[in-house]
Amino acid sequence: MSAIGAKVRPLLVAIVGSGPSGFYACEALLKSELAVKVNMIERLPVPYGLVRSGVAPDHPKLKQAIQVYARIAESPDFRLLANVNVGKDLSVAELSETHDAVIFANGAESDRKLGIPGEDLDGSHTATEFVGWYNGHPDYRERKFDLTSETAVIIGQGNVAADVARILAKSIDELKHTDIAEHALDALAESKIREIYVVGRRGPAQVKFTPKELREFENLELCHAQIDPKEMLLNPESESELEDKGNSSQRKIYQQLSKLAEIDNVDKARICHFTFLKSPQKLIGTDHLEKVVFEHNQLSGEALRQSARGTGETFELNTALLFRSIGYRGVAMPGLPFDEKNGLIPNKDGRIYENGSALPGLYVTGWIKRGPTGIIGTNRADSVATIQSLLDDLQTLDCGTEKSGADGVCKLLQTRNVRYVSFNEWEKIDQSEIDRGKPKDKPREKYTYIDEMLDLLG
Amino acid sequence: MTTIVTENCKSCRFTDCVTVCPVECFHFDDDMLYIDPDVCIDCSACIPECPVEAIFEVDDLPEGKEKWIEINAEKAAELPVCEDQMDPLPGAEERKTELGF
Repeated sequence: MSAIGAKVRPLLVAIVGSGPSGFYACEALLKSELAVKVNMIERLPVPYGLVRSGVAPDHPKLKQAIQVYARIAESPDFRLLANVNVGKDLSVAELSETHDAVIFANGAESDRKLGIPGEDLDGSHTATEFVGWYNGHPDYRERKFDLTSETAVIIGQGNVAADVARILAKSIDELKHTDIAEHALDALAESKIREIYVVGRRGPAQVKFTPKELREFENLELCHAQIDPKEMLLNPESESELEDKGNSSQRKIYQQLSKLAEIDNVDKARICHFTFLKSPQKLIGTDHLEKVVFEHNQLSGEALRQSARGTGETFELNTALLFRSIGYRGVAMPGLPFDEKNGLIPNKDGRIYENGSALPGLYVTGWIKRGPTGIIGTNRADSVATIQSLLDDLQTLDCGTEKSGADGVCKLLQTRNVRYVSFNEWEKIDQSEIDRGKPKDKPREKYTYIDEMLDLLG
Repeated sequence: MTTIVTENCKSCRFTDCVTVCPVECFHFDDDMLYIDPDVCIDCSACIPECPVEAIFEVDDLPEGKEKWIEINAEKAAELPVCEDQMDPLPGAEERKTELGF
């Protein structure tokens, strides 16, 4: 029999997940010198993961990354099987039986909890669900957010927290020509929010916003940013962190925050406060969130390893709306080991590990591999590294029989009445969304229910 | 809006930036890298990766470096895409030290 990866016997790889890390893994495989066939399996009927449902609607340029993925999908060696849930419609074992290798690129669907009393009160939400909701993700279509609250509190100091704050801060005029989901636009039109608080547990020298995201707060129609200049004062370790040669990006971020702190005498309907050194201790309310109690922190530890320590002093904010934005979190995949502490699949160089040894033919890339860090492009280097491991393992992937690949998978799905969606069919949904957006001068009007998407296809 | 490679890249060409570019917008010659402004999506993934801080967002471009906006656009239009990491140019490490990094 021919060697695996020869033209007459292509390497058969299944990739679970159709977000950036999945597509970059596919790209690296197709660029290799081997003959490869890639079958990409996606839970929703629509691809592209967080580029479709995570990137904010007012950041359309970032979504152009999709053009790269659409090009990759044009390859005759690529096939999409969407609307297929690995773990439910198909097992990991079945994927292994039908392919030479399986790469898990299924990301981080859940979120980190604060772990404080009252966290599950009505009115306490996650950024994950709010972002999914305004981006039309079917899983979050039916969520409700009480936008009659005059105050909104966001816990977190990263770009997702900035996105949540900015979408709450923007006017309907600023949002109505984006691809924001219609139900969200309608709900935001009724918003009574006047004050937004973006709260972090460490100081202004440790925030994870990027300068560009912060700069956007200088130019909002209805909302001005506010930072108490006293909060910009730094302890000696933070000062030395900012002077560190390797930390110049953090210095730029601090400079941008300082610019926002200089804003004064502005009279806009909404204010977005950025405030530091506070951790939520408990959420208070009877049936619904009414108040957040924070503890003031101080920083301790060496420079570049500063951590927040409670001081015992508290600070309270009345609010009926809170979003925790302290990180996405991976979810266990039935049939695979899971690192509960870090919310990812245990691995080394992209090979899945269990009890100290690599599981043959099983790989990971993206957030389920390294945790929910980095931006779209970070996944490219990550996926290239995973594919390198896979190619290094090539001989061990050959177990002597030719696998059935997509044919095998489709047979199983058909017997289970799973209506898988092809890339061509996604293109129908895509075009229909674009057409629906035209009369509203929006780039697209997304379908937000799976039934709608499948009904369109017939 | 775009992102611009400036003079510190000359004679270094580490290409750490290329590994994290989501859209393959870097082009190269024997001297340095250039960003195609029509393909760049302003994600800023490249900026912190450069060992010699050669890359800036156009809004952040320090005074005196404006000429690089046109140079990046012109050069990217005529040069091939840099698809993968390449070895740095000979002398890159010395140049990096010279530049203070």
